[in-house]
Amino acid sequence: MRPVVRSLPTPEAEALLELTRDLVEHEVLPRAGEMESRSEFPRELFRTLGKAGLLGLAYPEQDGGGGQPYEVYLQVLEELGRGWAGLAVGVSVHTLSCFPLAQWGSDEQRERWLPDLLGGELLGAYCLSEAASGSDAAALTTRAVRDGDDYVVDGAKAWVTHGGHADFYNLMVRTGGPGPAGISCLFADKHTPGLLPQPPEKKMGMRSSPTATILLEGARVPADRLIAAEGEGFRIAMSALDGGRLGIAAVAVGVAQAALELSVSYAKERKQFGKAIASFQGVEFMLADMATQIEAARALYLTAARLKDAGRPYGPQASMAKLFATDTAMKVTTDAIQVLGGAGFVEDFAAERYFREAKVMQIFEGTNQVQRLVVGRSLTRG
Amino acid sequence: MNIVVLVKQVPDTWAERKLNEGDKTLDRASVDVVMNEIDEYAVEEALRIKEAQGGEVTILTMGPERAVETIRKALSMGADKAVHLSDEALKGSDAVQTSYALGKVLETLEYDLVIVGSEATDSRMATMGALLSERLGQPQLTGARKVTAEGGTVTIERQTDDGYAVVEASTPAIISVMEKINEPRYPSFKGIMAAKSKPLTTLSVGDAGVDEGQVGLAAAPSQVVEFSNKPPRQAGQIVKDEGDGGTKIAEYLASQKFV
Repeated sequence: MRPVVRSLPTPEAEALLELTRDLVEHEVLPRAGEMESRSEFPRELFRTLGKAGLLGLAYPEQDGGGGQPYEVYLQVLEELGRGWAGLAVGVSVHTLSCFPLAQWGSDEQRERWLPDLLGGELLGAYCLSEAASGSDAAALTTRAVRDGDDYVVDGAKAWVTHGGHADFYNLMVRTGGPGPAGISCLFADKHTPGLLPQPPEKKMGMRSSPTATILLEGARVPADRLIAAEGEGFRIAMSALDGGRLGIAAVAVGVAQAALELSVSYAKERKQFGKAIASFQGVEFMLADMATQIEAARALYLTAARLKDAGRPYGPQASMAKLFATDTAMKVTTDAIQVLGGAGFVEDFAAERYFREAKVMQIFEGTNQVQRLVVGRSLTRG
Repeated sequence: MNIVVLVKQVPDTWAERKLNEGDKTLDRASVDVVMNEIDEYAVEEALRIKEAQGGEVTILTMGPERAVETIRKALSMGADKAVHLSDEALKGSDAVQTSYALGKVLETLEYDLVIVGSEATDSRMATMGALLSERLGQPQLTGARKVTAEGGTVTIERQTDDGYAVVEASTPAIISVMEKINEPRYPSFKGIMAAKSKPLTTLSVGDAGVDEGQVGLAAAPSQVVEFSNKPPRQAGQIVKDEGDGGTKIAEYLASQKFV
């Protein structure tokens, strides 16, 4: 299939997408299947993306970023997701992890750390969830107590992408009373004493992207690593997630696109009753529905992105995009297996991998139930 | 250290490549084109020397207007400027004529090293380094898998079938490199943007002082007299194992002189 037809705002965005496709073709696709099945984290590939300038795209150029609107950044992410979901989610998580410092950090903090974060040398992690607080994030219990020039942190953060591989961790911790107002954000270095990544989870999909619990046992984080003020943590966490949700929407569209492309090429090759199965209307209409849903999901995340780029509120649209794009990815990857038949159920083809990857996208960065909650509230409580 | 890298645009190695029926020149118009792969290694090597020692990297390309895309790629990798020799009169020039035209341009440039890829994937002549060396009266160091340039001396490890030879010359010198030498970088997003404003000089044969009568298909000392397309792939032979499969395979390999 030809590359996705895109409407991009500038020639520089065109060049960026071309670079991305080049990287996907030559660096990502040849590795994805193998490394995914070996659960191997592609740290070197992140460096390659970093050198190419893809790890700080959505941040201002004066901070070392690429100065690209979200509309463009997300389409880069989609192309990466088409190549390898685990990698693209990593880029999305890294971008999200830079947000607290970039948006809320003091000038001194930003000058000190931001260039390396956006320049691609360092990789980030974002620690909000805990074993007992997922959707109800404000119930988190990891505690940080000020002791001299440090915060001493005790607790455990769960489901941390890049846990054990990241160079820095955004820790959402409780410094005050219960509820959102008692939460603060600490920007912790990986060498923080007492910050202890646990062995990675054994997952159904995206096995190359490590997910781990981070134990915090008397972890001493210098107080100058507090982002904004005490009590601002929940607001920071939620604002980061709005952008993060759009990232997941884009990656989900990329996975669905990959599944569609595989389905089309298989259906054109595979012959039954003397002709290609693509020529049977039952199959062709499935392909048409898959393509239509993907295009709709892409349009939805771009609508939300353009609102964000224009500085307008986009929370409900981001939730709609995440909800629709990831449900679409689940549906399209399920249908891709159906198009491939038995071949879709074996590891020789990537269809089953796409299916496993799509499932988690309905869960992380806010379950699709939480997204419906956000959309519903925007309708009934506005 | 100032370095000129010769970069050629060639039809994509993976595409169906063909010659024009009429003048028997390479059909460059109907296929995807890319930078000759080994030239990426040449650019990378020049950039590494420049990053270590300073100086400037200039890209020199002879080719049709479309070759600008390839020049831009080299500039986006980090080269400083480019010269593009482009003229209808050059169409169909063979290797000897090309070395004459490129030599004319090189005479106007200041450099310590000229780096070329060991061969182009279209013509596969693998002679440009040697031809330029002869034309310019400068030493050639070919088949480099490692380059060290210091002061007025350049040393290479020259790959041979059995190992390598260390070869040294004074600068200015001409080096051809092979794939083992490095791992070429990808252009960065910022590099792509910066490339758009880097100096690119386009020269006609007249601008370059090239005698029009000495270049182009009609004047070429070598001519393609005849060509035929590759025969279509034949169906393979299936050997059924009836207890003697190993023997049959060995016989086949022996008949084809593989063993």
